[in-house]
Amino acid sequence: MRITEIAGVKSKFAVQSGLQQLLAFGSLILLIIFFSIASSNFFQFSNLVGILLSTAVIGVLALGSTFVIVTGGIDLSVGTVMTLCSVMTGVFIAMWGLPVWVGIVGGLLTGAVCGFMSGLAIARLGIPPFIATLAMMMIAKGLALVISGTKPIYFTETPVFMKLSQGSLLGDIIPGFDIPNAVLVFFLAAIIGSVLLSRTIVGRYNFAIGSNEEATRLSGVNVRNWKIAIYSITGLFTGVAGILMASRLNSAQPSLGMGYELEAIAAVVIGGTSLSGGKGTIIGTVIGALIMSVLTNGLRILSVPPEWQTVVVGFVILLAVYADNLRRRKA
Amino acid sequence: MRKGLSILLLAVVMVISACGSNGNGGNNVNGGNEPAVTNKPTEETSNGVTDAPAEKMYIPLVSKGFQHQFWQAVKSGAEKAAAELNVDITFEGPETESQVDKQLEMLQVALDKKPSAIGFAALDSQASIPLLQKAKDAGIPVIAFDSGVDSDIPTSLVTTDNLAAAGMAADKMSELIGGEGEVAVIVHDQTSRTGIDRRDGFVNRMKEQYPNIKIVDIQYGGGDHLKSTDLAKAMMQAHPNLKGFFGANEGSAIGIINAVTEMKAEGKITVIGYDSGKAQIDAIKSGLMAGAISQNPVGIGYETVKAAVAASKGETVAAKIDSGFVWFDKTNIDSEEVKAVIYE
Repeated sequence: MRITEIAGVKSKFAVQSGLQQLLAFGSLILLIIFFSIASSNFFQFSNLVGILLSTAVIGVLALGSTFVIVTGGIDLSVGTVMTLCSVMTGVFIAMWGLPVWVGIVGGLLTGAVCGFMSGLAIARLGIPPFIATLAMMMIAKGLALVISGTKPIYFTETPVFMKLSQGSLLGDIIPGFDIPNAVLVFFLAAIIGSVLLSRTIVGRYNFAIGSNEEATRLSGVNVRNWKIAIYSITGLFTGVAGILMASRLNSAQPSLGMGYELEAIAAVVIGGTSLSGGKGTIIGTVIGALIMSVLTNGLRILSVPPEWQTVVVGFVILLAVYADNLRRRKA
Repeated sequence: MRKGLSILLLAVVMVISACGSNGNGGNNVNGGNEPAVTNKPTEETSNGVTDAPAEKMYIPLVSKGFQHQFWQAVKSGAEKAAAELNVDITFEGPETESQVDKQLEMLQVALDKKPSAIGFAALDSQASIPLLQKAKDAGIPVIAFDSGVDSDIPTSLVTTDNLAAAGMAADKMSELIGGEGEVAVIVHDQTSRTGIDRRDGFVNRMKEQYPNIKIVDIQYGGGDHLKSTDLAKAMMQAHPNLKGFFGANEGSAIGIINAVTEMKAEGKITVIGYDSGKAQIDAIKSGLMAGAISQNPVGIGYETVKAAVAASKGETVAAKIDSGFVWFDKTNIDSEEVKAVIYE
């Protein structure tokens, strides 16, 4: 009975979020049409690939953030944990000379452990998500600086690591179709995230906790443990973003990362996920992240002064959330 | 469970405090070790500092940051001077270059320690003046480094002439692209003194001397490598005829290099950078980047401490000390002159 109830709640949301996605997808298409007319340099294969590539890091961060936001929580630490993950990957590969795959696993684990710790602090110690992940944000930032000795770590000895994001498997198969691997990783992560959120028990409990945590607990679900699991999943995605970032820059830059969490949250919100929890989709987040990067890319191509670019992005976030509210009031 | 947790917390606190005291020991450059050296008695007596470290001068340096390689190089220069002159220094700065308030707190704490002199790299040219006035009233000489303040309180300013340095970048750009064509610029920000001076130095020189070169776009990447990369790609997309690209600090320059590689435009665009760092050095060696302007961060740190010691002894110090800059490219990157100022 419990499961059917939750499933029923979810299907109602599915219809609603379907509408929201349509809205978001429509705005994305409109933006692309607008910029294509405004500048002939916009709608070109190389630029569209560039947009996808620039979406990858923030996009994967946003995918991870979607999970915690659906529980009604938030993770402010994803930006700096991402940096810590890339630093740890650097330590494994460049400092200790371990094989590249060990470095990747190490980076992913770092993310998962950080997420696990945040989850533990939230679920077991009862610290509000905002505070617990704010603390994690600072811990990760500090640790990244301490471990790296405040210096960037370079991957110049292992050229294969750079190929992870900048090489092109697709281009090797279909000549001329040079989609960088980072874009593949982003879409692969989106598919995995989507399956996790909509087809597995983690996803079901995720929505249940976000809709009504108390009811979920009373129906016998171990809410605390599931929360820890969900924060760990977010951490794992953060690890993927960290490795993508390090691979793209061919170095781990310990002083970057601050502020990326807010861009990720913005992408999630534009994609129609509610900050109050219980509602959201992965496809929405993908579209939200694409809207953000199409917007920044387009404004740059039009040479809009950078001060104004920021203002415009701010208004787009407002508009997106307002449209979402309007639609919900009608529904 | 609860007891275990409190023990864990206690352990963490102890480890952190232990690290903290270690860190302080590391920052106090001459911390205790120097007097123990017995085989150089002549030098010590000639300086007249044979006695306990209590008589040593203490000079705190409040910098704009500590994370970037640039500031680490400034710190190493300051430490070098401190070792030579046998004084104690500390070097600290806020996490990001926008935390003006945090920097003021650091300055306040530094003043409270009653130092012999103080080195200060202002994040904001106005905000620190009341505190500097206090220093003046207490008779503590202030040496400004890297960026000045809008006041005559500092005894001296040790800095790079960024306008002249960026002007030189413009000269080199014109030379390399044959005196005509489209050029774009990425600067770290539009509000800091260095950002403004480097942009204006480059742009003004182009306007005055090279009328056939057109600066088609100036954008700001916050010094963030990743954002500067995407920014540079968009700019190259918008201006397909771009012949030259100038990055006004390390992050901006690396972003441009990444963009050129990703867009497979190697050899088509002449890239000029600023500051150094391993990525820029490698790019210059491989030919991806034509060359870069380097300030002399080690010299900034060194001259600051030297001027601070002189000022606290009441000696006269020049009001402005130019720490210099150099142009480096493939041909001179291994020379001693360049090696002394660039850092990995």
